[in-house]
Amino acid sequence: MGLIQEIQSLIYKEILLEWRQRYALNGMLLYIVSTVLICYMSFNLRGSAMNPPTWNTVYWIILLFTSVNAVAKSFMQERYGRFIYYYTLVSPQGIILSKIVYNSLLMLLLALVGYGFYSLMLSNPVQDHLLFLCSILLGAIGFSTTLTMVSGIASKAGNNSVLMAILSFPVIIPMLLMLMKVSKNAMDGLDRASSSDEILTLLAINAIVVSLSYVLFPYLWRS
Amino acid sequence: MKLAWWKILCIVLLVYTVIGGLLLSVPRLPILNESIRNLYFHVPMWFGMLAIMFMSVVYSIRYLQKSDPKLDDFAVSAAHTGILFGLLGLATGMAWARYTWGDWWVNDPKLNGAAIGMLIYSAYVVLRNSLEDEQQRARISAIYNIFAFSTLVPLLFILPRLTDSLHPGNGGNPGFSSYDLDNKMRLVFYPAVIGWMLLGVWITQVSYRVKAWQRRREEVGTTKAVVHSR
Repeated sequence: MGLIQEIQSLIYKEILLEWRQRYALNGMLLYIVSTVLICYMSFNLRGSAMNPPTWNTVYWIILLFTSVNAVAKSFMQERYGRFIYYYTLVSPQGIILSKIVYNSLLMLLLALVGYGFYSLMLSNPVQDHLLFLCSILLGAIGFSTTLTMVSGIASKAGNNSVLMAILSFPVIIPMLLMLMKVSKNAMDGLDRASSSDEILTLLAINAIVVSLSYVLFPYLWRS
Repeated sequence: MKLAWWKILCIVLLVYTVIGGLLLSVPRLPILNESIRNLYFHVPMWFGMLAIMFMSVVYSIRYLQKSDPKLDDFAVSAAHTGILFGLLGLATGMAWARYTWGDWWVNDPKLNGAAIGMLIYSAYVVLRNSLEDEQQRARISAIYNIFAFSTLVPLLFILPRLTDSLHPGNGGNPGFSSYDLDNKMRLVFYPAVIGWMLLGVWITQVSYRVKAWQRRREEVGTTKAVVHSR
């Protein structure tokens, strides 16, 4: 079985599993919706509207916490015995790449739903919508690539959610800062050429993280 | 007591750094004044930290290839030394920032990068403590070490160059070397960098030896217990 075919069938399996036990997906959607609601209520309580930089920052922080929670379960959900079964069937590279792709899709869905609801509740000061959506796409992919590998590491250390957070936050900060900058440019409607540096760096970081996961995951898998 | 040549070199260079760094003449610059001497202590800390963390990553990679617990011991010792150097670098940098920029901490990409680097290696230590099995601990922390270091590198070297900064060496601010690091200062600065790096390697080696000794004592202890129980 080729690697591509392997990844395809593994992604199909992930989606099927998610669809059969919908509580996890619904739980994540509810998580992001209720977080947005909390932000709406607490900012309204102050009696003043959010200024655009705060709007941007709060959105990305909500997204960061949602993604940590959503991706953390990617290795926790699986029962121990099932891993041994996979071990006999597929290559570790297939597993990690399929998880990355699947988590990216999941994060993209969550980020878009979150974005829609967030702009509904807290208005939408974005001027360049295409660039903002592009930053959301990059963010979803970037967060899920980094977090998938970290959740693999954390799952070996007893699925500790605190561990997941402390291991992933420092690694994800450069990405987060870059994303905030791109989306800030999109909000201000700046010329797109001014954010090309950040976008290229983000793509480069993503490439580094994916290739590292590809190389390192087999070692993690073996233990 | 016999010391290897590089340890003697380390002592000589550091004694020279302290004496020469405090007594030799330095250029008179506004704002910086005499605090410019901190260059001999603050900057080499970061060079030392990066060099030692790089060493730690190299040993982690070698551990994944060979699965020898000694390599893992060395990687951990190096990471600990790196954290020590990072903390000292932060302390010297903060004191320097207080007297030149007027605040203990300024929002600056390089400073934040340093803080994140510290967070990563603290997480590394916590991860190690959370794993019970020795082999698994070594393997998983080696994986995290490689993973985190590779994402730290763009953070420390690319990100600061994209943004404006008070810190010399980025965002339009030229590095010290281009105009204020004159030849007299180079005379102390380069030996200082080498001296502090050697000190880092030395500390790492000592802490590695302590670990190796503990491991052997444990082994001897268990064999003794087995012999007694018979």
